[in-house]
Amino acid sequence: MAALSIRALSKRYANLEVLKGIDLDIESGEFTVLVGPSGCGKSTLLNIVAGLDRASDGTIEIGGRVVNDVPPKDRDIAMVFQSYALYPSMTVRQNITFGMECRGIAKAEQEKALANVARLLQIEPLLARKPSQLSGGQRQRVAMGRALVRDPLLFLFDEPLSNLDAKLRVEMRMEIKRLHQRIGATIIYVTHDQIEAMTMATRIAVMHRGVVQQFADPDTIYRYPANLFVARFMGSPPMNTMPARLEADAGGPVVVIGAGRPDEVRLRLQGYDAAASYVGREVVLGIRPECIAEGDRVFSGAVGPPVIVTAPVELVEPTGAETIVLLRLGGEPAQARISPDIRPTPGATASFALDTRRLCLFDPETERLIA
Amino acid sequence: MRDRSFAPSRILIYLVVTLFAAAYLAPLVIVVLNSLRTNEEIAQSSMIGWPQHWAWGNYALAWSGFCLAETCAGIRPYMLNSALITIPATIFSTLLGAVAGYAVSLWRFRGDNWIYGIVTLGLFLPQQMRLLPWTIVLRDIGLINTLSGLVLIHTIQGLSFTVLFCRNYYVAIPQELIRAARIDGAGFFRIFWRIILPLSSPILIVTVIWQFTHIWNEFLYGVTFTTGQQQPVTAALIALSAPVADIPKHGVQSAAVIIAALPTLLIYLFGGRYFVRGLTAGAVK
Repeated sequence: MAALSIRALSKRYANLEVLKGIDLDIESGEFTVLVGPSGCGKSTLLNIVAGLDRASDGTIEIGGRVVNDVPPKDRDIAMVFQSYALYPSMTVRQNITFGMECRGIAKAEQEKALANVARLLQIEPLLARKPSQLSGGQRQRVAMGRALVRDPLLFLFDEPLSNLDAKLRVEMRMEIKRLHQRIGATIIYVTHDQIEAMTMATRIAVMHRGVVQQFADPDTIYRYPANLFVARFMGSPPMNTMPARLEADAGGPVVVIGAGRPDEVRLRLQGYDAAASYVGREVVLGIRPECIAEGDRVFSGAVGPPVIVTAPVELVEPTGAETIVLLRLGGEPAQARISPDIRPTPGATASFALDTRRLCLFDPETERLIA
Repeated sequence: MRDRSFAPSRILIYLVVTLFAAAYLAPLVIVVLNSLRTNEEIAQSSMIGWPQHWAWGNYALAWSGFCLAETCAGIRPYMLNSALITIPATIFSTLLGAVAGYAVSLWRFRGDNWIYGIVTLGLFLPQQMRLLPWTIVLRDIGLINTLSGLVLIHTIQGLSFTVLFCRNYYVAIPQELIRAARIDGAGFFRIFWRIILPLSSPILIVTVIWQFTHIWNEFLYGVTFTTGQQQPVTAALIALSAPVADIPKHGVQSAAVIIAALPTLLIYLFGGRYFVRGLTAGAVK
């Protein structure tokens, strides 16, 4: 059963169109992440699903029921907010039971639900405290407890981790993912952080300028980005994109970076049949940084020796876990991820191995993925 | 380390501050001193002077013995009138202002800014301009020369201030709290009562102090719409200052003024620091 389906949804403020015809179907039990830069409309979309904002056009169904005119409290949803929105004057216990109190649920039942959630989130010792006496991570847990206690059809998370420091964010990310695996809830999660999207989602909707650019599982998004925006937004460091030319010789199609230059780079393509019609034309080539490595790297699963190129090194950024190298491929800047113990000299040239099985080609006009 | 050197500029600052303080406090000092001098002593010397005998009797006379408007009950009944006007009008205007401020700041609706603008426009209308409309209203609903009439006036006029104060305090409350509560299933009044009101004590203290002081000290409406036994103490004091006997009774009059000013002075002494704290509460997050 579709937990949520959104049809031709749009939202206009005066003459500003924030959402332009959104269609989404989310299955029960999925962890869907809406990701995009600020201003892309993801939070507006979430607020419309929650019923806190009204759509200009289109329909929203939750659990098979059209809810366009249903107030938030009757939509069978729960929401976790960026600022947690804990009621400052109430204790943790009252924060969690307030919703049940509003719906007139019997005291005994409230206590049972509270005890369950408190045990699940390990917040039993905090129940008598006020939000101001809690740490960031504890507030986050209480906010989730307030949502969980409702046992709703749909959980909505609005950038819940962005107020936490980096270390706690990683911990809570794992905790939310673990929670999803344990209770199998349907979650819609809004974030601007593509790492959160990649690590937690079962499916990701990448949004930009009020349009869903791509809606797919994380691997597909990463491996086959639908267009240049998705390619550049997902991944850190982002995918290298550069102008190139598609040619063909007896062995099949070849993509050429910096065609005509003395240091032009020629990469033979295999299995890129969809690109056939682009032979002889300009394309945009996408290479993930991890597909450029030190010269003696053997890529996992590779058949035959990798393509080796010699390229000038401009900058070296050791991160500890790996070394990020800024180099030039056929004159175009590109980032590479090489082994941490290898430190090429900036200004000199070095040899790099290229994994050409995972290249992406984009149409320079439409910016869409060709192959 | 505090700077303990006395630079010339520092001395100048203290000098100016002391002069201002003296200028503001002089009338209060004179009235307090006169309230402790006998009428004869004031008549024989001048309005300014140190009491030769402490005339505590002035206060007793002013409170319950002095003759005013053909009754000799002092200012006590008028103090009671003022309390019966000020206390309900303060409570009503504060509560209504809090609800209205909450509505225009946290429940955005079409035209909310217009409503807010119109309500606060009342701050800029001179009091005299409002006298005639109020006369007509009070006459038509039969509340001329009643305490309820003044309660009504002060409640409604007070809304301009209380809505302004409360709205500006509530805009600092995050919208997400309201959203969370709406999803939890709470409505307009439940959210106000359970979530917003418990956060409001700083601004409610400010509003109550402000309203109490203004309504208690208000004179024009009191003297215009009430006569005789219905007057608030500010209006009654005028009758008291009229020359009723051959000897001016400055001592008793001064004592009456001090008694009449006492409630607001006490509010200031005990609530003043909350007032300053509350006014700046929204400024520092």
